[in-house]
This record gives sequence, structure tokens and C-alpha cells, in this order.
Amino acid sequence: MLHPSHFTAVLLFALCASTVFGITMRDTPKRMFRYGAYCFALFVGSVIVFSWVMFLIAR
Amino acid sequence: MATTSNKPAAAKTPSQGFVYLPLIAGWLIPGAGHFLLGKWIRGTLIAVSIIAMFAIGLAMQGKLYTSTQDILDILCVAGDLGNGILYFLGRAAGWGGVPVQTTVADYGSKFIVVAGLLNVIAAVDAHNLRTGRKS
Repeated sequence: MLHPSHFTAVLLFALCASTVFGITMRDTPKRMFRYGAYCFALFVGSVIVFSWVMFLIAR
Repeated sequence: MATTSNKPAAAKTPSQGFVYLPLIAGWLIPGAGHFLLGKWIRGTLIAVSIIAMFAIGLAMQGKLYTSTQDILDILCVAGDLGNGILYFLGRAAGWGGVPVQTTVADYGSKFIVVAGLLNVIAAVDAHNLRTGRKS
């Protein structure tokens, strides 16, 4: 049984989803890589931002 | 003159055969639609991503949705069905049958659903490649 932390689960999710998004949404390998990296950064970045927002709301 | 102007049009004509084969193959086996079209690297990356996501979801004790009594469960079944043969294999083997009891297991269930949805996107992409809508 796998027990990743929440952030590790986010990283795994973002990596797999960004790979498929990059390949399917762009035409050339260079643009695929750039779009995949962009999606990955948005996934992880938004999680960090919303985590801090929830932390500040809960205080 | 006429032969030179016909060459680009002939090059764009899709090859003969069943046009929905990459779509169906891509749905049943992740990445197979791209493999059929000779896109080996894209197909491999898609297959690894989707199968890994499905396997991680199962390893986190996520469940394969079977119930169709609740509207949210129906949507999750639809997402799970996107996994194609992985879903039917999992159902036949009894994987992911335990009820969700932990937060991580709930994440695992969502991993499996999203893997199915991503597989549908990948299969449609293979269809677009086959019809020439995408290069």
C-alpha cells in the first residue's frame, strides 16, 4: 500500500496530467514540453497558493 | 503544372482504413492509438503516464466505481470507464474493491478517475492525428 504525503500525491498527479496535456494540446515537441511544464507549474503553484490561503483562513 | 499542384493535396489525403481504429484502440489500451500511427514516443509517454496514474491510484487503495445509484458515482463510473481494458481487468481481478476509509484512498479513487479522463483525451488526440486535424 502506498501512503504518499498530500504534496507528493499532488506532484505525482501534476506530473502525469501535465505529460498528457502537453502531448495532446500542442503540435511540436518543443511546444509540448513548454506547455507540459507550464501546466505542471500551474498545478503545483496553485496548490501552494491555496494551501497558504486555507492556512491563513483557518487561523 | 497540374501534377505539381496535385502533390500537396495528395500528401494530405489520409491513408485508407477504419478511421476510428486509433480512437478505439487508444481507449482500450492507453497509448495504442498513437502506436498505430507510428507516434512511438508520444504513445509511450501517454501509456506510462496513464498506467502509472491508474496503478498509483490502486496502490493508494482507491476504489473502482461500480455503483450507478448516485449521480456522482455515475460520473465516476464514466471516468473509470475511460481507462478501457485496465478498468475491465481491474473489475475482473477484484482490484480496488474495498470501500474508501482514508483520505489517501479517496485521492487514489480520484487518480483512477482522472487517468480514465486523460485516456479519453489521448484517444481523441489519436483520432485527430488519424483524420489529419492535428499533425
